[in-house]
Amino acid sequence: MNNLIILPIIIPLIFGMFMVIFRRRIILHRALSILGLAGTISVAAMLITQIQSKGIQSLNIGGWAAPYGVTMVADMLAALLLITTSVVALFVLIYAFKSIGRDKEEHYFYPLFLFLISGVNGSFLTGDVFNLFVCFEVMLISSYALISLGGEKGQLRESIKYVLVNIIASFLFLIAIAYLYAVTGTLNMAHLSVRVAEVGQDGLMTAVAILFLLVFSLKAGLFLFFWLPGSYGSPPTAVAAIFAALLTKVGIYAIYRFFTLVFYHEPQVTHLIIGIMSAVTMVLGAIGAIAYMDIKKILTYNVVVGVGFILAGLASFTAEGMTGSIYYLIHDMVIKALIFLIGGVIIAIAGTSKLKDMSGLIQTHPYLGWMYFIAALSIAGIPPLSGFIGKVYITQGTFASEYYWLGAIGLFTSLMVLFSVMKIFMNSFWGETILSEEMEKGTTKGVMLPIVALVMLTIALGLGAEGLHDYVQIAVEGLMNPSLYIEAVLGGNGQ
Amino acid sequence: MKEPNDIILRGVTKVAVVIIFTFAINLFFSGHHNPGGGFIGGLGFAAALTLLFLSYDVESVKANFPVDFKVVTSIGVLIAVFTGLGGVFFNEPFLTQAFQYFDLPIFGKTELATAVLFDIGVAFAVIGTAMTIILTISEDR
Repeated sequence: MNNLIILPIIIPLIFGMFMVIFRRRIILHRALSILGLAGTISVAAMLITQIQSKGIQSLNIGGWAAPYGVTMVADMLAALLLITTSVVALFVLIYAFKSIGRDKEEHYFYPLFLFLISGVNGSFLTGDVFNLFVCFEVMLISSYALISLGGEKGQLRESIKYVLVNIIASFLFLIAIAYLYAVTGTLNMAHLSVRVAEVGQDGLMTAVAILFLLVFSLKAGLFLFFWLPGSYGSPPTAVAAIFAALLTKVGIYAIYRFFTLVFYHEPQVTHLIIGIMSAVTMVLGAIGAIAYMDIKKILTYNVVVGVGFILAGLASFTAEGMTGSIYYLIHDMVIKALIFLIGGVIIAIAGTSKLKDMSGLIQTHPYLGWMYFIAALSIAGIPPLSGFIGKVYITQGTFASEYYWLGAIGLFTSLMVLFSVMKIFMNSFWGETILSEEMEKGTTKGVMLPIVALVMLTIALGLGAEGLHDYVQIAVEGLMNPSLYIEAVLGGNGQ
Repeated sequence: MKEPNDIILRGVTKVAVVIIFTFAINLFFSGHHNPGGGFIGGLGFAAALTLLFLSYDVESVKANFPVDFKVVTSIGVLIAVFTGLGGVFFNEPFLTQAFQYFDLPIFGKTELATAVLFDIGVAFAVIGTAMTIILTISEDR
């Protein structure tokens, strides 16, 4: 029993609810939201040290014993994602202070933001499939409100698509849960793992597994990403950044949880399908990123490529591949938030997202230019920045499991990604300066702090990869040995 | 616009709303051991309010019942979460409930449970959410 596990879910919830009561006190909203995220960061840090010393932590809510009640479980993977989520959310929040506008702030922007974080944290920490569904819904409902907040024409058009796709995905999710419960008679993830291992993963179980894979692919943007470029391109920058950084990652996390803990008996079927889907995702995403001449579109297609690459590590189903995936997952959350924020600033300054209509920004905004350059190198995985170590390990993993085609596609699409982000750099920062300071539509005042902080973070993650290695190893060990997770939930641990 | 002459609806509403409120509270309290509880009780309460909004206009009901339902929702959620946190201070898991039997003056031997506090939070949250949804739709033209 460890009550700390519930705190990352209820701290944002409590702070958000307080804000709803005091609707017009925007300063209070800002202070509370910073306080709330700082609270989740410190809880996540405490959880990491506890998991490191005492193994996977669990909490049976209400004191109901494991397979019967709802269990919250914090393993190293969840805790690492938890702290990354909170840190990235904090910086995006600071960016939102200057950029989101009074009107949206009064229409519950900060409470919705915190509910979103609450749902994301809940999805990482839950040990129960139905509870996972509930946390997904908390996250999704907040995201519906955030994506349509402001009510511009483009936003409403994209939010209808977004809501429809996610409702269908949630519907399929429920059906899959019903199938799973009908076959195994339990929804506790650890118990599921035991039961599936006992009866064996036959054709029926594999079919259920693939249904779950479909559901999570819709949420993660793995292969079924047709909704993603539009939805992530339409909301304000701060919202798009937090979506790009977090929402697809929750789907990826769910795929990881299911296909390392429950459905890991038939990797030649399920994990090969994941591999093929991630290869197609990478190729299509990279083509999209190269084809468009619009900053928003290029960046959203880069999100798609990232999803494919992370899951290539899972497809390999080797310790190296998993290590790489976890490194890359953390890197991707930081870097996607960063590049969306910088992209948003560029668009705000130029007043357009079309690359053809901008040039020479390096004259007036040298710092922004070099920040973007570092972020672009990091996204492509140039050492010593944070993307490198993940790429190396994932490629190693795919080669070790003899999926040479997957590793090759991963490396090739990395080059395409580099080309696509450099295209933005060359078109917007190089060339003749056509915008004088007076003609600029927006400024960089007040928004540079989170950007600088995130750039520091990506450099630190790259240089400090060695220091992170211990924690990532614990996470990988947990993923490769389901028995550790099962032991923590079902056996002993102070219950 | 001509005022609709719905004297029968208004007359029935005056009586029915009292009955529905009572029934909602009854449902709420029976929830501890029998079918009912905060969710159902809250929905019943919201149904009565909706009937009031339908038979009288929004302005006059709001004048007599000046509550922002979004705030009701958030207070409800806060009550529920803080009740859940109560167990944490006694080193029990989150959401652990406690109950005890007391001899009260009028009621005699009565079971008092912290789950009821949680349920009050749920009821507030449900009332607030349901009314916010209904009022938001009604504002739409």
